[in-house]
Amino acid sequence: MSWYARAAKLVCFAAFMATLAFCTADVQSVVDPVGPQSGKIAGLWWFFFWLLGAIFLLVMLAALWTLTRPNRGFGQEPLEATHQISEETQNRTRRVVTGATIATVVILFVLIVASVGTGKGISELRNKEGGLTIEVMGIQWWWQITYQTSDSSLGVTTANEIHIPVGRPVQIRGLANDVIHSFWVPNLHGKADLIPSRVNTLWIQADKPGVYRGQCAEFCGLQHAHMIIYVVAETPDKFRVWYDRQLQPAAPPSDPVTQRGQQVFMNNACVYCHQIRGTDAAGQNGPDLTHFGSRLGIAANTVPNTPGNLGGWIADPQSTKPGNHMATIAVNSSDMQPLIDYLESLK
Amino acid sequence: MIQTQDVLPNVPNQEEDISDLERTWRRGRGLFGWLSVTTHQAIGMRYIVTAFIMLCAGGIEALLMRVQLAKPNNTFLNPDLYNQIFTTHGTTMMFLFAVPMMEGMAIYLIPLMCGTRNVAFPRLNAFGYWMFLGGVLFLYWGVFTGAAPDMGWFAYPPLSGPQYTPGKRTDVWAQMITFTEFSALCVATEIIVTILKMRTPGMTLNRIPLYVWSLLIQSFMVIFAMPAVVVASSYLLSDRTIATHFVNPSEGGDPLLYQHVFWFFGHPEVYIIFIPALGFVSAIVSANARHEVFGYPAMVLSQIANGFIAFGLWVHHMFATGLPQIGEAFFTASSMMIAITSGVQIFCWIATLWTGRPRLTTALYFVYGFIAIFVLGGMTGVMLASVPLDLQVHDTYFVIAHFHYVLIGGAVFPLFGAFYHWFPKMTGRLMSEKLGRWNFWVLFIGFNLTFFPMHILGLKGMPRRVYTYPPEVGWDFISQLATLGAFIIAIGGIMFVANVFMSRKSGAVAGNNPWDADSLEWAASSPPAEYNFEYLPVATTRTPMWVPREERAFVTGLRTDRREVLVTTLMDAEPHHRYVLPGSSIWPFIAAVAVSIGFVGSVFNPWYVISGSILAFVALVGWFWPKYPPELKGEA
Repeated sequence: MSWYARAAKLVCFAAFMATLAFCTADVQSVVDPVGPQSGKIAGLWWFFFWLLGAIFLLVMLAALWTLTRPNRGFGQEPLEATHQISEETQNRTRRVVTGATIATVVILFVLIVASVGTGKGISELRNKEGGLTIEVMGIQWWWQITYQTSDSSLGVTTANEIHIPVGRPVQIRGLANDVIHSFWVPNLHGKADLIPSRVNTLWIQADKPGVYRGQCAEFCGLQHAHMIIYVVAETPDKFRVWYDRQLQPAAPPSDPVTQRGQQVFMNNACVYCHQIRGTDAAGQNGPDLTHFGSRLGIAANTVPNTPGNLGGWIADPQSTKPGNHMATIAVNSSDMQPLIDYLESLK
Repeated sequence: MIQTQDVLPNVPNQEEDISDLERTWRRGRGLFGWLSVTTHQAIGMRYIVTAFIMLCAGGIEALLMRVQLAKPNNTFLNPDLYNQIFTTHGTTMMFLFAVPMMEGMAIYLIPLMCGTRNVAFPRLNAFGYWMFLGGVLFLYWGVFTGAAPDMGWFAYPPLSGPQYTPGKRTDVWAQMITFTEFSALCVATEIIVTILKMRTPGMTLNRIPLYVWSLLIQSFMVIFAMPAVVVASSYLLSDRTIATHFVNPSEGGDPLLYQHVFWFFGHPEVYIIFIPALGFVSAIVSANARHEVFGYPAMVLSQIANGFIAFGLWVHHMFATGLPQIGEAFFTASSMMIAITSGVQIFCWIATLWTGRPRLTTALYFVYGFIAIFVLGGMTGVMLASVPLDLQVHDTYFVIAHFHYVLIGGAVFPLFGAFYHWFPKMTGRLMSEKLGRWNFWVLFIGFNLTFFPMHILGLKGMPRRVYTYPPEVGWDFISQLATLGAFIIAIGGIMFVANVFMSRKSGAVAGNNPWDADSLEWAASSPPAEYNFEYLPVATTRTPMWVPREERAFVTGLRTDRREVLVTTLMDAEPHHRYVLPGSSIWPFIAAVAVSIGFVGSVFNPWYVISGSILAFVALVGWFWPKYPPELKGEA
């Protein structure tokens, strides 16, 4: 068994390394950090990986080496009956086992220090003066995002997408209003559970512009799989532009088609759940749609935000995301295109 | 003469004794007799067979999930069905396969290893099995009527609360827990009392086989851990059925309270599953290394330490809930401590194989497989104990990989080894070793192909419990590998079942001690007689079966016309008094039916608690109705 078991081990190990190699540069990856928090964690991961991987191989070699022990086949009589193991061998084995145990203790101590040290280092990565605070509320099955400022008129509410300026620590205040969810964008940081009746905070920072994907990491019911959030890290200038636009109410529709679309929206049940600032629609149960057209995805990023996907979503939300809480509203086929055009115009 | 023990003392009236024993311990006939059985081999075997069927059920559920995840945006299962299946898979494997299987093996083996005739409370033992069966039937009744639980096997409120999972699904789950708690507590009581008070003379505490030690520790853990899950499931059930506010945040309850109480049970539960498996490993290693396990005191002490530490690290399941740093550091350290005690045991087994003359039976193959898989699972366990790493990989496929490595590697591989090792004892025939090797390699390769890639999926950001994923995240190739592996595991399982059926029919006849192993169960015939031993074998060393035949000692003088056993002292196993065990009885079955009516009914209407209690009272009156032995009739 020894050689092929050893070969199997090597193949596994090689496969692991190869796969790790090609899993870099992913938008939802633990080992492709873009911020100091995830960077520290990834560093800790590789430290654990190499140290524990080496120990694993040593233990395997020790175990497989036992197969080289001589014996007289199946009928080998018990050693207790034939010859007792010599005192010397006993003592040597005892020394080896004791040594291995002491080594285990020392290594674990090192790992604890490394782990607690990293944790402490991460907790210091924050902006002492405060800075940008974003409230993330987990709701079955989407994310409500609120930018908090001391001046409430400068707050912004959006959904399923967070924009942050590159290179600045940003505080996430995690909340939930129904069941437990978990906020997790692996390229930036580990998880924070969003628990009803509690607030969990997390500091994140992106050092590289890009779009990073995250999704709910605590099972939250039927559509747990489709509760996706994007973090868009932009240069401070671009972020400023985005934020200023978010502060504005929705622009009034400029052409007859989108005007028709707005009427369709206002005359249907859409308004009971969705808000479009600057219009009469002020529902609070669903995502704010004031700047819907600028967002990347639909239905908590279940599908990309394209006119086709939007039409499918409005016509039959249950086929895009079965079990979700959006009502199916009968929209005349002639009204559908104006409605789509109107929503997509809300940049 | 029907002599079955391999050596018997030279006593007069031997034939008479044996035919008396045959008569005294005979099982009843027909359905009534079947329902009244209280001997440990029969009950143990029922646990093993039922739990194995549950393993197959859980395995089929796993295959369904793997098919669903084999390609992005798959519609093989809808989200509702997927959620029911993954919850039922976890629940089945934890509550209806792993724990009961370990209990069944223990009920079968412990009295034999301790050199006695039955467990301490045979009727309670039967009752425990019927309660377990009640839990199995209740959950699977739910599965086949669309009322399978769908909130994950740890049922976090508020998702499991009355607002978010209305209907009866969660209630079925929570009440199934109550059934299995009952059963586990019954078994734990049996095992503890049997081990502490019914060991054969000479089996002092420091001569107990390591497997028996592991069960003693596991049973104490059951007794301390199960009340916590009783509390957790009662919080949930009463919040749901009688509108209490324990863990329901919208009514001022605290959802984290539930998590703490659940994991105070849930983490020890894992050790409750794998500590007996470590006992299997010790037994297989000593029998096949042809040498007593190295470092007996170190092994025993680290198992005991395992049992204690297991209760001090539940919070590592909750690192993401937001804990103060001092708490995080404490639970990181306590979680890593388990690696020391587990490491000591691994080192001792390797040392035993080093200093021994290992003989590569299929059982030993499974031990080597266990070492490889379990050590790797231990390494990822150390990673999960680190708060920063855990925050990244918690609730991802990395964790799924980790706990399948420790539970399949740590418990199922030793269990299969144990099947190959003890099958001849249980049936009288050896399993095919050749098919056994194939079985091992197919399972080993299938297992690693299924679960190793999941580490990478976790690092690539795939959360657990998602019913599908879009193509752009790039999880499809690795998922397909895992699906392929899952089907290879299924082939391995089928090979095992085929081996069981073929060997039962036409395997080589085993004899009493085919492996020339060291512990007392091998002194009994294969399969053992209902009374296990004609004369209880005395343990004069830690490896009593390796004592030359002419030097072995026996207990004589126990009465054979009633089910008499010897009660011995706790530390030194010196004979203390003779004790008569009750015989067959239908009352445990009736009591279990009565309690089940109360449990099942109360899910639908709380008043069933009352009617169930009254029925249970009636059943217990019948159970405890004094039955005088014939010779005392006049004095009563």
